Amino acid sequence: MSEFLQHLVNGISLGTIYALIALGYTMVYGVLKLINFAHGDVYMVGAFGGFYLAHLLGVNDSPSLPKTLVVFVGSMLICGTLGFLIERLAYRPLRYRPRLTALITAIGISFLLEFGFQLPRWSFMPFDFPPGPTPRFFPELFPRTIWFNIGEVSISNYDALALGVAILFMVGLEFIIYRTKFGVAMRAVSFDPNIAGLMGIPVDRIISGTFILGSVLASVAALLVSISRPRIDPIMGLMPGLKAFVAAVFGGIGNVPGAMVGGLILGLSEEFVAGYMLSSFRDAIAFAILILVLLFRPEGLFGRITTEKV
Amino acid sequence: MKALLEVQDLDVYYGGIQALRGISLKVPENQIVALIGCNGAGKTTTLRAISGMLKASRGSIRFAGEQIKGLRSHQIVARGMAHAPEGRGIFLNLTVGENLELGAYLRKDRESVAKDLETGYRLFPILFERKSQIAGTLSGGEQQMLSVARALMSRPKLLLLDEPSLGLAPQVVEKIFSVLKDIHKTGITLLLVEQNAHKALRIAHHAYVLETGSVVMQGTGAELLASPEVRKAYLGD
Ligand SMILES: Nc1ncnc2c1ncn2[C@@H]1O[C@H](COP(=O)(O)OP(=O)(O)OP(=O)(O)O)[C@@H](O)[C@H]1O
Ligand SMILES: [Mg+2]
Repeated sequence: MSEFLQHLVNGISLGTIYALIALGYTMVYGVLKLINFAHGDVYMVGAFGGFYLAHLLGVNDSPSLPKTLVVFVGSMLICGTLGFLIERLAYRPLRYRPRLTALITAIGISFLLEFGFQLPRWSFMPFDFPPGPTPRFFPELFPRTIWFNIGEVSISNYDALALGVAILFMVGLEFIIYRTKFGVAMRAVSFDPNIAGLMGIPVDRIISGTFILGSVLASVAALLVSISRPRIDPIMGLMPGLKAFVAAVFGGIGNVPGAMVGGLILGLSEEFVAGYMLSSFRDAIAFAILILVLLFRPEGLFGRITTEKV
Repeated sequence: MKALLEVQDLDVYYGGIQALRGISLKVPENQIVALIGCNGAGKTTTLRAISGMLKASRGSIRFAGEQIKGLRSHQIVARGMAHAPEGRGIFLNLTVGENLELGAYLRKDRESVAKDLETGYRLFPILFERKSQIAGTLSGGEQQMLSVARALMSRPKLLLLDEPSLGLAPQVVEKIFSVLKDIHKTGITLLLVEQNAHKALRIAHHAYVLETGSVVMQGTGAELLASPEVRKAYLGD
């Protein structure tokens, strides 16, 4: 029983992380019909952004909650800016080119970030950047305490924070997408950017906003992971990125609630399969799901069904 | 009379294919101008170039005295033009209400937007009944009404309409045309593209006939209705 509970807790927390990353893929796909393969690397930058900020603030010597907040906000700003720049500089000039061009560019940006971060430190940098290929350890942002136990499963304030923050951001995103003017505009752009323009919607600005939003969620996900699994390195975004992509496809790429549900299901199935069957299957689950989805329901769980009327 | 819209020598290409060859036309303020022509004549392309959906490679487009060629659609909307595009252009993933509100995207005057929303619903009561429904579930005719109502939400000076009667039952066509006349009475200038040349010429002050990307004939609605060439080619006589 307690084993089951433990897997459930782990599965949900992993699932919310996948969901947060998957949202970035799905929103960007919605507005641009582009798989932003650099998204996993934005996640990695989020972790390193938090890492550097934490050192700057002296978190190692005196961890605290206010500093944690600064680390989160700072890393979100860094990733938001990065997402904005990636779209502005790399994708926008290719907007009207064949889609493959943008896709290859996305892979290029991904390599640029992964390998750029593996370079040895630049001498003119006041701090240790780029970090190089050796893993770093994300500091403890605030003291970890056990909140309560259910049987043998103990829930720490870290677990609670991770789940709380992830849910907060997902609810916030739902609100933005379904209740604000920006959200309606974003859904309009994802349906048809040309007609959105005819409504007076500044399409480019909405696309920028979408990249910023997705990247901010990726940085939140990265920090929530790094506080409990502190080993970070420049290619740490690869696996979570791929899996979140699978979650997005599973939920129906372009579909926001789908990405959340897809992330959760993926996280849970991964934990349960790894826990009860073979832990070495862990990474295979996502890809097994991908293959099954593509075979039997390529539009995903919540794939959009729209009909054009004549 | 002062021209609200003046298009001169417009060339538009799709890739290597030339779709418009030096189109010129004038839409005087407070008039209804019709654009008729066979399939593929370039009517839709003309409207798209005017509203900034397509880039014109040559020519000039002046709207209310200002050169708007090269501006983006959303900038042109901000200057007082609305375009109900071919195929209605409804956001099928949004609700009817959201579609209408998007029509007023650039407006800040919330109260008068609310008033115009009511006016729109009064014009087409069926939209009010369906306002929380996803627009994809509307019938074709209802979508057409939504398209016209939405275009009005920006309080345009000029409204471009691309085949508002396409595929509609006769009563609905009547309804749309009577609404267009009402819209015109409120002081909105109309540039109307229609397959239904008969009806379009009947309400138009002035009309242009397009053929393979050029204007081949123009005149008042009555003149074109009486012209043997037009009768033969477009009115099925
Ligand atoms: N996206 C496009 N790519 C390439 N050619 C196009 C495109 N859209 C239109 N054309 C071509 O441009 C010409 C004009 O098309 P347009 O849609 O303006 O015609 P239309 O007068 O609106 O016709 P209809 O009455 O059938 O709507 C046609 O020859 C058409 O094949
Ligand atoms: Mg057309």
